[in-house]
Amino acid sequence: MIEFTLNGKAVKYEGDGKRPLLWYVRDELNLTGSKYGCGIAQCGACTMHLNGAPVRSCSVPMSAVAGGKVTTIEGLDGKTAEAVQQAWQSLDVVQCGYCQSGQVMSAVALLANNQAPNDADIDQAMEGNLCRCATYQRIRGAIHQAADNLAREA
Amino acid sequence: MNKPTDISLSRRRFLKVTAISGVGFAIGPVGFSLAARQGQTDTSKLGHFVRVAKDNSITVVIKHLDMGQGVTTGLTAIVAEEMNADWAQMRWEFAPADAERYNNLFFGKLQGTGGSTSIANSWTQLRQAGAAAKSMLVAAAAIAWEVNAGDLKTEKGRVVHPDGRTVSYGELAEAAAGQPVPQEPALKAPEEFTLIGTNLPRLDSQEKSNGQALYTADIRRPGMLHAVIMHPPGFGAKVASLDDSAALKVPGVKEVVTTPRGVAVLATSHWDALQGRKAVKAEWDYSKAEKRGSEQLWQEYRQLAGKPGHGVRTEGDPDSAMGRAASKISLEFEFPLLAHAAMEPMNCVVELKNGECHLWTGSQFPTVDKQVVAEITGTPQEKVFIHTQFAGGSFGRRTTPVSDYVRDAALIVKAIAGRAPVSLQWSREDDMRAGYYRPMALHRFEAGVDNNQLLVWQQRVVSQSILRGTLFEAMIQGPVDTSIVEGGSTLPYAINNLKVEAHEHSSGIPVLWWRSVGHSHNAFATEVFFDEVARTLGRDPVEMRLDLLKSHPRHTGVLKLAADKAGWGQKLADNQAQGVAVHESFGSFVAQVAQVTVNQDGSYQVDKIVCAVDCGVAVTPDVIRAQMEGGIGMGLGAILQEAISLKEGRVEQSNFDAYMPLRISKMPKIEVHIVPSSEAPSGVGEPGLPPVGPAVANALRRFLKQPVTRLPIGDKLDLA
Repeated sequence: MIEFTLNGKAVKYEGDGKRPLLWYVRDELNLTGSKYGCGIAQCGACTMHLNGAPVRSCSVPMSAVAGGKVTTIEGLDGKTAEAVQQAWQSLDVVQCGYCQSGQVMSAVALLANNQAPNDADIDQAMEGNLCRCATYQRIRGAIHQAADNLAREA
Repeated sequence: MNKPTDISLSRRRFLKVTAISGVGFAIGPVGFSLAARQGQTDTSKLGHFVRVAKDNSITVVIKHLDMGQGVTTGLTAIVAEEMNADWAQMRWEFAPADAERYNNLFFGKLQGTGGSTSIANSWTQLRQAGAAAKSMLVAAAAIAWEVNAGDLKTEKGRVVHPDGRTVSYGELAEAAAGQPVPQEPALKAPEEFTLIGTNLPRLDSQEKSNGQALYTADIRRPGMLHAVIMHPPGFGAKVASLDDSAALKVPGVKEVVTTPRGVAVLATSHWDALQGRKAVKAEWDYSKAEKRGSEQLWQEYRQLAGKPGHGVRTEGDPDSAMGRAASKISLEFEFPLLAHAAMEPMNCVVELKNGECHLWTGSQFPTVDKQVVAEITGTPQEKVFIHTQFAGGSFGRRTTPVSDYVRDAALIVKAIAGRAPVSLQWSREDDMRAGYYRPMALHRFEAGVDNNQLLVWQQRVVSQSILRGTLFEAMIQGPVDTSIVEGGSTLPYAINNLKVEAHEHSSGIPVLWWRSVGHSHNAFATEVFFDEVARTLGRDPVEMRLDLLKSHPRHTGVLKLAADKAGWGQKLADNQAQGVAVHESFGSFVAQVAQVTVNQDGSYQVDKIVCAVDCGVAVTPDVIRAQMEGGIGMGLGAILQEAISLKEGRVEQSNFDAYMPLRISKMPKIEVHIVPSSEAPSGVGEPGLPPVGPAVANALRRFLKQPVTRLPIGDKLDLA
């Protein structure tokens, strides 16, 4: 049995340890905000936080989350997450939206570690999140805006 | 995609239809008036496009798919404007599949989204719907207040009495529903617009930023099984034999079925289905499969390009002009297959129940999807219901003439006799290898110059027809599919002697509309070749374009604006350069100036794109900017690093490790400028893409031995 914390709640998983975290969360817990895009950790649509760090949940086996803390887009909370999501809306970042849960998760993780990222920091942190609609310019802008708003509140 | 019918003809037909049917507008307050009227009124006239509810919400029924291009916001804005509504009261929902009410007015009796037509074909229709709804609300208020309707005004979702009293649309909804529907409601003059042209926030931003937006794979039905499908590894191959015994032993796997399109595994979760698929042992019959590789195909393309093609456009006397030209310039371009690679791999949920067939999918051609599913499942069309979901991108991918992935789902649910609802999810590998690509194209150009003038221009294109052999073949008029040269055959430059020819090559590779279709390669080839001519003549690329575009004011407008905003001609660092391109597609005009930095080792980056667009009335300017940004990013990825290649007929790439759309680090800074216009609005989903490739290639040219004629360019340049 694998025990871990998902969005603040204790979870016990009894299935195949090789099952990727993404598919457990989507198909068994019915939390569908995290998306499948490639299955090989190349697109970032499935990004979740494992112990605060962004991970590609399509390629994280359940055995690797034992004792860990997992956060999905549904479980995001706190000032940083709020600032990111507000900035995403204020700049109308989204187009098709399919990759955006993953983008938001990566952006929140970036700002948790770097309160004032420059464009190069942003590019580096977000390079693993593909957006076929190419909303990248607004992603950069929204991360800057969220950082500015957080700095003003602090 | 292309418009199947001539626009002006369609518009004439549209006006006739509107006059007869009064369009499909009407007010039908949810759960109130609609119910009250049942049995007394022809409900087919209710709630086609606009519903005003007692709770004061106004819902616009969206007949088009939103795959990211923002039509839910744009179409809603058109109605809100004519109704003088408050933006906060506006709601939207996707229309059902109903070609009678919700056809694309440019596509005849087909409900569908494509060709950057959503706003353009809906513009008058939704303005009339909104104006009629407003007029009925005003009429209801006039009766209640015992005044003339002409003395009443409307503002922010309220009818205003001359004495200052107001009443909300919601309060009037019930009474308004009983008013006659005006046949020719007065439309607002553009100078009266208060919402159109302003930066309205997207209506889908919140749910797409917090994970709540639902896509096809997020649909859950009771007892649903997750399906994956194994397509034959090669176009035209078939299943020869199958051993599913090991697959059926995989925990969670419920069924393995063979369909005319492959072998499907159904399980209680997607991952279990994938494990089952790995255990399937299938043998394939390649006897009718496409076996040619990319190199052989290119050889065949080159052979065809050596022969005269079907003439698509001729001006003057190109042959004799070429004969007397003092010097000649020639170039040959090769464009690879490209994948749409939408972030959401294709998928569909289907359920057979009580003689009905329900479909959940991002349906871009609901009329075709409905026909296909009805036929496969033996369900009457009127019992097929499509619940359109947000699409995680499309770029043309979801408009196949055979409804391929929807067909897969329908064949699977039929194979299990409808015992369970089926959620079919293609893997990324399926999505990249099962077909539908931007066709390969080879362009051969020759120009003749004399006395420092461009005397003659010849373009010959070889490509595969998207339409030939499909449901849409009737769109081909004449011996050759002219969409192969779209954008090339309409070259706007004043050149006295001109010839454009096309050859169709055929293969078993499934090809399809890919964002901007033929324009994606024709704009690149024509605009890069134009720069080569300008370079030979020693002329400035912007100056020479303006000189030859004197009878094209909208091209000129965007070109001047982009050049001006980009500071064209300014002194740049030695390792920097600018390039320009201008192109019309789908009725919109776009010019872009690219700025690049090239390093001594041949590495380079695209620093900035300045874009000017003229798309008529700018309904939702920020959505227009977003579409330009997206088209630029997608077009840039394609010319820098995307290609699908074939080995012995099989696609070599399967995922994002080998097929590489643009990532954030290569996204340039983009500035978008919109030309003010009162022309009818035209599309923006595609027109932003074609100019970026040639603008970048033209900027890089200064550093290169030869112009860019082979794509993708790759990471390193061959420096001069």
